[in-house]
Amino acid sequence: MGKTIVEKIISAHTGKEVSAGDFVVADVDVVLAQDGTGPLAVRQIEKMGFDTAALPEKTVLFLDHAAPSPKKELSNDHITLRNFARKTGVQVSDIGDGVCHQVIPEKYLNPGEILIGADSHTCTGGALGAFATGMGSTDVGVGIAMGKTWLRVPETFLFRITGEFQKGVYPKDLILHIIGTIGADGATYKAMEFAGPAIKAMEMTDRMTLSNMAVEAGAKCGLIASDAVTKTFLVERGRGDKFVSITADEDAVYEKVFDIDVSGLKPTISFPHKVDNTRTIDSPDCAGVKIDQVFIGTCTNGRIKDLRIAAGMLKGRKRHPDTRLIVTPASREIYGQALEEGVLKIFNDFGASINTPGCGACVGVHQGALGDGERCLATQNRNFQGRMGNTKGFIYLASPAVAAATAIEGVIADPRKYL
Amino acid sequence: MILQGNSWKFGDDISTDHIAPGRLFHLRSNLPELAKHVLVDAREDFAPNVKKGDFVVAGSNFGLGSSREHAPTIIKIAGVSAVIAKSFARIFFRNCVNIGLPAIIADTDKIDEGDKLEVELSAGVINNVTKGIKLTFSPLPDVMTRILADGGLVEHIKKNQGFNL
Repeated sequence: MGKTIVEKIISAHTGKEVSAGDFVVADVDVVLAQDGTGPLAVRQIEKMGFDTAALPEKTVLFLDHAAPSPKKELSNDHITLRNFARKTGVQVSDIGDGVCHQVIPEKYLNPGEILIGADSHTCTGGALGAFATGMGSTDVGVGIAMGKTWLRVPETFLFRITGEFQKGVYPKDLILHIIGTIGADGATYKAMEFAGPAIKAMEMTDRMTLSNMAVEAGAKCGLIASDAVTKTFLVERGRGDKFVSITADEDAVYEKVFDIDVSGLKPTISFPHKVDNTRTIDSPDCAGVKIDQVFIGTCTNGRIKDLRIAAGMLKGRKRHPDTRLIVTPASREIYGQALEEGVLKIFNDFGASINTPGCGACVGVHQGALGDGERCLATQNRNFQGRMGNTKGFIYLASPAVAAATAIEGVIADPRKYL
Repeated sequence: MILQGNSWKFGDDISTDHIAPGRLFHLRSNLPELAKHVLVDAREDFAPNVKKGDFVVAGSNFGLGSSREHAPTIIKIAGVSAVIAKSFARIFFRNCVNIGLPAIIADTDKIDEGDKLEVELSAGVINNVTKGIKLTFSPLPDVMTRILADGGLVEHIKKNQGFNL
């Protein structure tokens, strides 16, 4: 019987052949925690009596959720993480370096590896053909100290993606469409595997958008087979030697299979307060919805391609006077590229506020909290009530192109006329 | 062991942002203080009035969203003896086991606000004393039962000097 990607990767980390449903203790390769979850992980490690890290070179503590820190309590949490790193030799990704889920693929994660992270969007790493999953601080504390975790091998839902995206339609629209179709708990506990010709043709940046949002359907991971695109991504970052081919067997057993042709997709928007509450841009519900704040950034859509798409539409224009635009590149690498290419100048000339690479406004800590009754259209992954710092705010999720069109018009807008 | 208390009823899709909002991020290293706001964005009357032993009773997909373990931890600190829901989000469910907070999957349509409940974890029975009915639930997988029996993952690791699953 053939194996799925997740069965293959977990088998390779336990020294035995495993199948969906098995419980195992597996070796991990990369471990991440961030400034919201890391301090608790450090305290749990101390409670367990450990004072060393099993994988110091591949354990990374990210100062990204509150970066730079807006409050003394959060500055003290940063001190906790810095001190732990000094003591154990684990890595610190400092303020301005970027969102954990962007920096991990850029610098640390390779195909076939297991990454556990104390952040739900750790599943982003699945785009490289790695098993990457989010857990809590205690699980990740154990991973940091021992280099191991316990896992139940998940069943897999296969998404076979065909067709070509129409102008103005992007992988973000695809993943919103998928979640809108199967529901915010439609893949709870399962592995999602994205395959098919439209995935093969997709750049790494877009694959990361898909994998990033697997958790928004409840999934444990969002996997994509490694291939020439993966290899190029690694070669460009000096890790070409780390490439291995990770694919599912032809006769792998899937719990469900979904066939989706992207040719028919339209720009798609998630309405408040649930990710699966989706509409297409031509829905009457989208007409004339006034937007106070547009946010382009995050681990979902804050990469250079996203910024280029938005900047291409905004060039030579001014923002709508009633709508502010916040731009937060996902990492220092991306910030540097955007700076060199003049992309940041376009945003600045347009009237945007450009923030330090990191999670920014998405987590509701700082850099863009909503006022009472305000509406934000964001390229992030989550629109729960209260997410952006105010239960009386309303969050709409969309692609960077919809975001740019909306910043121009001040209402939810169709990007296709600007492309 | 029998858990006893009254029901606090919540709806579907209660997220970790409802339980431990991002705007209170700065209280995450002061969990007793954060616990004073537990579930504030779902029900403002919950945290000030919850009694030791009470139950959080909810619909489907409880705990969706963030991996923040602070969410189940402050529910436990508030004195809640178990969370009972139709279904749970994956990371939240796992976090409950790791911190020693029972998370029970049951038909919560048969429990109303304020109902007096008695829960026998090992027997898999919820006795709704107010309604005079009994609900059953499936036990956790062995691996999770062992972690919960040790009092959570920290205690499990300390006791066994590693995993013993």
